[in-house]
Amino acid sequence: MAGNDKDALLNFLLRMGDSALILGHRVSEWCGHSPVLEEDIALANTALDLIGQTQLWLEYAAEIQGEGNSADDLAFLRDAWDFRNFLLAELPNGDFGRTMMRQFLFDAWASILLPRLAQSSDPRVAEIAAKAAKEAAYHLERSADTVVGLGDGTAESHDRMQAALDYLYPYVGEMFLSDEGDAALAAAGVAPDPASLRNEYDALLKRVMNEATLELPDTRFTHSGGRDGRMHTEHLGHLLCSMQWLQRAYPGSTW
Amino acid sequence: MVNVMARPGADQIWQWLDELPDPEIPAISLTDLGVIRDVAWVGETLTVTVTPTYSGCPATSIINMEIEATLRHHGIENLELKRQLSPAWTTDWISDEGRRKLREYGIAPPQPAGGPDRCPRCGGTDLERISQFGSTPCKAQWRCRECLEPFDYFKCI
Repeated sequence: MAGNDKDALLNFLLRMGDSALILGHRVSEWCGHSPVLEEDIALANTALDLIGQTQLWLEYAAEIQGEGNSADDLAFLRDAWDFRNFLLAELPNGDFGRTMMRQFLFDAWASILLPRLAQSSDPRVAEIAAKAAKEAAYHLERSADTVVGLGDGTAESHDRMQAALDYLYPYVGEMFLSDEGDAALAAAGVAPDPASLRNEYDALLKRVMNEATLELPDTRFTHSGGRDGRMHTEHLGHLLCSMQWLQRAYPGSTW
Repeated sequence: MVNVMARPGADQIWQWLDELPDPEIPAISLTDLGVIRDVAWVGETLTVTVTPTYSGCPATSIINMEIEATLRHHGIENLELKRQLSPAWTTDWISDEGRRKLREYGIAPPQPAGGPDRCPRCGGTDLERISQFGSTPCKAQWRCRECLEPFDYFKCI
């Protein structure tokens, strides 16, 4: 594999793995704190699926990187500037409504991208995506239902969901940004150009937000800096402190 | 070392594996669950192909450990466990026997319609979903409006 292609594939795998990892960790923060037991279990299971997907993506990323790292090394021993997750994934949970809105915005993207990746010319990418696509479809069913239930719920829940959408929407556009590496992967049939997913995503969002009686902000402004590692939000460092402390304090510990 | 003459055949190995319970739902076996996809000798090495139910299911590593321990106990020394992601595991691979055992154990087996067909306790058909998720990644929580009991439903994927 030529150097540029290798870099593009590695970047792509880190974006997939890191976004699943950071969102999975965020969602796991609800464990033991959710409004009701059923939601607690549902969030923990969603986090578990995401962290399982992380394992598959980062394992492949480590192989492509070829420096003898494991998936665990990549997850626990890199610092903020090496992470390639979308900023959306690292934003704090806020209230339950904001957590579920973020989940929906992510699930909607994953449910469109993963079935296409299942057709990837890279067989390893294809098999990981085929597995993850089933889980993403199931997650989307729940997060969309919850967004509709709370959006079209009480005046209080409606206002909170609208506030969540207003807060999170400026982070959505980053999932559809493209660079030269994306173009190379698209040309090679490894992954679709992220920008090519936007129309389908917008249609899905419009449908669900209509049903939820929520208004989509009309600006296309987007924060960015996560997928290219240029600049994460201040929230990522705090998340890593908590997620990585054990391997930092006791390197190589296992159980 | 198992010599070539005494090497157990695939049928024998499947029989041993049939006896392995799922670590989280011990009422059914790993073969009932459909996670063991293939058993084959490659030269002197026995290769067992295993597929995970859910990518993050913590039972996966226990399942691999149990397979390895059992086969080693039966004298197989050269053993390779292969993870297979594709085709992705589907609940269609749960055997009829597995579906029967699930129901007897109190877990409604998966249905293509996406929800349980009847209450595994009283057989009632007036059912409601409590949560899309349950005590393990593979289950959801439902309730029977006839006997009022909650029960686990094996998600259909």
